[in-house]
Amino acid sequence: MALEESHVRRAAHLARLAVSDDQATGFVDDLSRILDMVDQLQSIDTEGVSPLAHPLDATQRLRADEVTETNQRDTFQRCAPAVENGLYLVPRVVE
Amino acid sequence: MHDKTLTQLAASLKSGEFSSRELTAHYLQKIEKTDGKLNSFITVTGEQALDQAEAADKARAGGGDTGILTGIPLALKDIFCTRDVKTSCGSKMLDNFIAPYNATVVEKLSAAGTISLGKTNMDEFAMGSSNENSHFGPVKNPWDLKAVPGGSSGGSAAAVAAGLVPAAMGTDTGGSIRQPAAFCGITGLKPTYGRVSRYGMIAYASSLDQAGPMARSAEDCAHLMNVIAGHDVRDSTSVARGVPDYTETLNAPLSGLKIGLPKEYFGDGLAPEVEKAVRDAVKMYESLGATVREVSLPHTHYAIPAYYVIAPAEASSNLSRFDGVRFGHRCKEPIDLMDLYKRSRAEGFGEEVKRRILIGTHTLSEGFFDAYYTKAQKVRRLIRQDFLDAFEEVDVLMGPAAPTPAFDLGAKKDPVSMYLQDIYTIAVNLAGIPGISVPAGFAGGRPIGLQILGTHFAEAQLLNVAHQYQQATDWHLQLPAIAEENA
Repeated sequence: MALEESHVRRAAHLARLAVSDDQATGFVDDLSRILDMVDQLQSIDTEGVSPLAHPLDATQRLRADEVTETNQRDTFQRCAPAVENGLYLVPRVVE
Repeated sequence: MHDKTLTQLAASLKSGEFSSRELTAHYLQKIEKTDGKLNSFITVTGEQALDQAEAADKARAGGGDTGILTGIPLALKDIFCTRDVKTSCGSKMLDNFIAPYNATVVEKLSAAGTISLGKTNMDEFAMGSSNENSHFGPVKNPWDLKAVPGGSSGGSAAAVAAGLVPAAMGTDTGGSIRQPAAFCGITGLKPTYGRVSRYGMIAYASSLDQAGPMARSAEDCAHLMNVIAGHDVRDSTSVARGVPDYTETLNAPLSGLKIGLPKEYFGDGLAPEVEKAVRDAVKMYESLGATVREVSLPHTHYAIPAYYVIAPAEASSNLSRFDGVRFGHRCKEPIDLMDLYKRSRAEGFGEEVKRRILIGTHTLSEGFFDAYYTKAQKVRRLIRQDFLDAFEEVDVLMGPAAPTPAFDLGAKKDPVSMYLQDIYTIAVNLAGIPGISVPAGFAGGRPIGLQILGTHFAEAQLLNVAHQYQQATDWHLQLPAIAEENA
């Protein structure tokens, strides 16, 4: 499956990564080589094999629906770039 | 002091030969004098360490119930969140991140009375096999400063090998404990997936990540596993299963042990001197009473392709949290929210991290998901089945940890050639089984690692098998010349 620059640009947008024109060309080369290596997977017959998401086939445990955590908003916001009145600040989204 | 193993140091602290404060000050002085050449630490927390050491000495003098590791200095890979200490994960993105909480591993080690000397260098977000992807510069191999220490836990491996700390914590997603342990001539254990809590360990690929000890000997690793292993309600994939005393079975005899040699691990690309060291080690095991047979892991060569779909896919999801809003790097003067996201991430992440985010985003995207992600997960099941079948026939598998000894800094510029370094370690993470790398010789002055693999939850057996080898050999006790400088 050949990789085109439009694929890289789409992925960069979905991943919210700014990529310059020069960088996009470089990524097309690098990612194409990685995907060529990955394409070896297509040669294996996996008919009837179910996907493995977790090495131990574990299921999620359930717990009682009780509050277990305390509010630590101030502590957690100390490492934020910009906060005010307990809110995270970002550029204006709605005019 | 730095030429002793953690186990020996614990005995010396107990007998009062020296105090934890003296020991901690000794290591801090060695770090200060030597680490300029190695760059194995990102952050050294000297003052806190000395305070903790004094507290440990007091606890010991008080005669209360102090654990065997009370007062032992350790280092933590900079992927473990440590409260009020910078936790960078080797990235510019987190260069300003002071963690507001402790990882479970950090809490447990602290509760056991150990002292943290600081945070070790690593490939950015644990993505790399040479430690050249760190925002804080590459780490040098203590055995040869022209060589890489391996990665991604390269700082932890180099610090232990150079005698800057008796043991360190690492993490292993595709070989990141075992390969640097092999390259630096130390012992490193990747436990079974879910054996050690991932809580507070900055996530790379959540279905593969696992923390483990890196130290001079298997016995040292056993002591550390006794502290860090176990169920944690804060990690939904942590396994609720009893933890044995890993030191109790170290001396079990190996007579009758069935060793399998996967034929795929001795093929093209394996350096002859590495093969010889591994086969010599296997002969040593035969003299200890083990029997040896060849086995096959037929899907071995599909492990790297499957990994480079699954790991980047998980990474692209995990790393979406670094958005310049709640923590980490934020770009200057964003014009709108999209610009804030895109430039903060473009400025904060390095090349390899961007590559993996893009690969993961692409393979998960509409039109490609089934061909890549679903296919890779099916192959993952086949790879795990290879191991389960092999462990029907033998107790442990043995082979090389890496195809060559440590390579030179700058030698592998192409990402794919770097990825192929992990051919013998990566399948282990896909299968979720434990593996240990043990020093087994040298080639051209650079260490060689023997890798021993067991079935799920066989850590005690791996440590026993490794320990018996270390009773019969002294590869693990050898120190590089740099360890004796400023001694």
